[in-house]
Amino acid sequence: MHSVSAEKTTHPVLIFWILAGWVGFCLLPWYMLEDGLWSFEWLIDGYPFDEDYAPAAFLVGQGEKLWLAPLLIPLALPFLVLGRPKSDPLYARVLVLSGALGFGWLVAQGFGIGIRGFNYDWLKALFGDLGDRQFGMGYGAMICASAFLFLFTQGIAARGAINGDVFVVSAIGGVIAIVTAFVFFPIAKMLFAAFITEEGAYSVSVFISKFFDDRLWGLGCLAGARCGAAWNSLFLAIAVGLITTVLGLAFALVVTRSGFRHKRALRALTVLPIITPPFVIGLALILLFGLSGTITVFFAELLGVQPTRWLYGLPGVLIAQTLAFTPIAFLVLIGVVEGVSPSMEEAAQTLRANKWQTFRTVSLPLMRPGLANAFLLGFIESMADFGNPLVLGGNFDVLSTEIFFAIVGAQYDQGRAAVLAMVLLFFTLSAFYAQRVWLGKKSYTTVTGKGDAGVHPLIPTGLAIPVMIIALGWALFTAIVYAMIVYGSVVELWGVNNSLTFKHYVTAFSVRFEDEGIRWTGAAWDSFWTTIMIAAIAAPLTAAVGLVTAYLLTRQDFAGKNAFEFGTMLSFAIPGTVIGVSYILAFNVPPIEITGTGVILVISFIFRNMPVGVRAGIASMSQLDRSLDESSLTLGANSWQTFRRIILPLLRPAILAALVYSFVRAMTAISAVIFLVSANYDMATSYIIGRVENNDYGLAIAYSTTLIFVMLAAVGLLQLLVGRVQIGRRTLHGTEKSP
Amino acid sequence: MTETHLGAKAAPVRFEGVSKVFGKDVVAVDNIDLYVEAGRLVTLLGPSGCGKTTTLRMIAGLEMASSGRILIGDQDVTKLPATDRDVSMVFQSYALFPHMSVLENVMYGLTFSGYAKGEARTRALEGLDLVGLTGFDSRLPSELSGGQQQRVAVARALVLEPQVLLFDEPLSNLDAKLRRQVREDIRAIQQDLGLTVVYVTHDQEEALAVSDEIVVMRNAAIAQIGNPRELYDAPNDRFVADFIGEANLLACQITAVEGNTATIEIEGYTHSLPARGLQPGAATLAVRPSRLLIGADEGIPATVAKATYVGVRMEYTLTGGFGQVFAVHDDVDTPLDPGAEIRMAFAERGPVLLPD
Repeated sequence: MHSVSAEKTTHPVLIFWILAGWVGFCLLPWYMLEDGLWSFEWLIDGYPFDEDYAPAAFLVGQGEKLWLAPLLIPLALPFLVLGRPKSDPLYARVLVLSGALGFGWLVAQGFGIGIRGFNYDWLKALFGDLGDRQFGMGYGAMICASAFLFLFTQGIAARGAINGDVFVVSAIGGVIAIVTAFVFFPIAKMLFAAFITEEGAYSVSVFISKFFDDRLWGLGCLAGARCGAAWNSLFLAIAVGLITTVLGLAFALVVTRSGFRHKRALRALTVLPIITPPFVIGLALILLFGLSGTITVFFAELLGVQPTRWLYGLPGVLIAQTLAFTPIAFLVLIGVVEGVSPSMEEAAQTLRANKWQTFRTVSLPLMRPGLANAFLLGFIESMADFGNPLVLGGNFDVLSTEIFFAIVGAQYDQGRAAVLAMVLLFFTLSAFYAQRVWLGKKSYTTVTGKGDAGVHPLIPTGLAIPVMIIALGWALFTAIVYAMIVYGSVVELWGVNNSLTFKHYVTAFSVRFEDEGIRWTGAAWDSFWTTIMIAAIAAPLTAAVGLVTAYLLTRQDFAGKNAFEFGTMLSFAIPGTVIGVSYILAFNVPPIEITGTGVILVISFIFRNMPVGVRAGIASMSQLDRSLDESSLTLGANSWQTFRRIILPLLRPAILAALVYSFVRAMTAISAVIFLVSANYDMATSYIIGRVENNDYGLAIAYSTTLIFVMLAAVGLLQLLVGRVQIGRRTLHGTEKSP
Repeated sequence: MTETHLGAKAAPVRFEGVSKVFGKDVVAVDNIDLYVEAGRLVTLLGPSGCGKTTTLRMIAGLEMASSGRILIGDQDVTKLPATDRDVSMVFQSYALFPHMSVLENVMYGLTFSGYAKGEARTRALEGLDLVGLTGFDSRLPSELSGGQQQRVAVARALVLEPQVLLFDEPLSNLDAKLRRQVREDIRAIQQDLGLTVVYVTHDQEEALAVSDEIVVMRNAAIAQIGNPRELYDAPNDRFVADFIGEANLLACQITAVEGNTATIEIEGYTHSLPARGLQPGAATLAVRPSRLLIGADEGIPATVAKATYVGVRMEYTLTGGFGQVFAVHDDVDTPLDPGAEIRMAFAERGPVLLPD
């Protein structure tokens, strides 16, 4: 049977994509429908002849949009090779040609012709005025583009790339295409926007004047005035990175290397940043330290002084971000601290190092990658954080809020937003690069897979006491802050009328039961359901893209793999604010015209959260011995069957975790979302920010509390499910031994 | 028990000038030619890093040859990926799928080979029967002992009736007693079904026990090919002599060659043995520890440096003008003491001349 399959001449995958291409061209509406992807009104409203709904074939047939006609050639080409075997050189050549021609022409006409006819003056000069225009890609165009892409990858596979493995080549092609379209293209577009003058021409001087703006780089704060946003952001991010790393390390040491009893409670802290919308901490701080905050008022009365607004500005943002991001550093460092092989430390001790020397010379250096990671995360999160500076910033301008005001404020200056975003991106990418350089090529892997019977030594006493005090003090503070959030949500009007009430919950989440069913009358329901829906759509897609990428990175070798890895991980270093700005700049004009739709939100979540999915996937896939895949391959399964029947089932816990994580992240995200929401698709977080800007703190806090509990439930459910799965699958005994 | 349907479509494997280079300049396999006859068990033997596993994986299609041609039967499979080759493999780690039952594991390959579900099931059960695991079909791999897991892995590969069956150090995760048992089982199944088997190991005793033919590899190339007896009794060079069983290598002088027989001389002691084409002059003599006669009347003077009692025999380290040799002796009742002066001679058969 094997010898038959190797020489068969029907290729189901090829036939599928040829058909898909023709269906996209002849049957589906070519352009984006105004009512969105979910509306099927077009089916009864003039289809297939109405210009807005017509498939490309009908458009061309009616003599319109004639530039789509050449696509027929690459669509027809693959028929030539249907009967030929894969090993025929013509087979590969024709498919590559067809895919490249089709895809290339699609892209070229998409960028060349926009809503105002030709997009470029030289095209106009060459062909004269077009007198016609086109909108963003719809079903037809997207399916056609996919068909060309996968015809191309099949051609490449047939030429012998990756052993002729169609699935792997197609997966690589697909990931490259979407990452290019939704990460690199918008960023590039944004970079260009920085050079555009108000008249639409390109100019370097515009860029320079915006770039060297005093509001950006001013150093007035050294002389008592205000500093530029860039310096503010940089200083804040470095401070937050350092403080969260130190605090996170203290927590990790207490949990893993001290006699402290209530470790589980401390570990629970790690869940907090995942389920808390980032600006909620800022709100709670206002309740505590704001002008009418509990503690401010208490001390003002005690000391008989006027309450001050000291919180607003650097101190408030710094405290809020430290509170919000310390658990992230903890999460990173706890893995690293536990990962240091005990036998290394035991070896050091047997070599006559005392506890303190062991810690300083062995344990700490081995934790270096973890420390660098924690710092990088804190740095990037702080740079990208939008909610806390907005709520607490006062006169302390940072890049992320400045970008926001440049886009949505009265100034409406896309170029300035782009320049600011570039500076922000430059900072985060530099940090990303610096981390790589600092870690260098040294190997810090100490977990070898062999059994390690050792025990971690306790940290030296001289260190234990201060570490314990810091960690527990901070934990207590965090607990108070969270208690304030819950308490604040049931107070009538903070600082003015402290009576307890459920008024805010009623305003937000009231329902009325009527004859026709339930009426969601609360103010928050709209954004709540939108958020749930968008998050629920984005989660499985994020997990899928992340896991496929992880599979390619861990299990396949191909030329350019390092660049591929770097590209997919890059979006990790791109702050949400930058993604937000670049998306509205890139996707409000054809060929991809999706601003104001739910699709843009879904896509932004996929690429914001993809690196997490990739990392989770890589981590769990490297636990699976490669011989499992190999034995499946030698048993006659192809790589797709192996992926589906061996790898996916064994990754179920990782998949669940990726699903819930991306769901929750999509619900709490704000920095990119704030740019992308529209009247139809408002998200919970941007709705809450809106309430805060209107000083409606009660509702904002009540809504935030509800979100926290919803997500706590989601995470709890995950824990339950993953627990079950692991029991069902028993151990990997006998398959984990390394060869 | 139903009569077994499992047969074999055993095919020969041929390597023609095959090389494998990893990265830019790491040569794992260097231009080897190899022919494995259909229905034979051939072992690839060598120290770690010699390229034996890479060779095996190239037969499986898990690695692609950088140059040269690989044929299975009369089909050129050089460019064919693992999925499309009619080869199956038993992995060192067994690689049983932990989320599937034993039966599902064994059926896995059959479902991709176009068998209907019922037929696949019957064949899988037959396969389990063959390896003596009847009744274990609904267990999970984690509920089996190491030896049982091993046999499931064998059954899973067998039921596909592959043209070539590959074993990658299949015994290395088993304890010493089980190893003997399992290797005998593997050999029996191979002979009963007439399978072509390529077997990788670094254990020379295992190789001697199971093989029709042994391919000794060193530094990415083939050092010698031969049946177990040939390799043991007539190694080509010092490497093979030392790798297959232990050998004492002694410098000697060939004093005369008559026909096929050479006479050698060490410290006045002379011995006659096959010349193997060597001419008078300096040469190296390889002698197995069991072929050293201790306490002979005439021979090379030596001193007992160490004497170790290991139960079934005595092990001695002898020193003398020739250097140091290792010898074993069956007489455990009257052991020699360290320091004893003795004379050492060679057995009639066994010692072999190597080119210097």
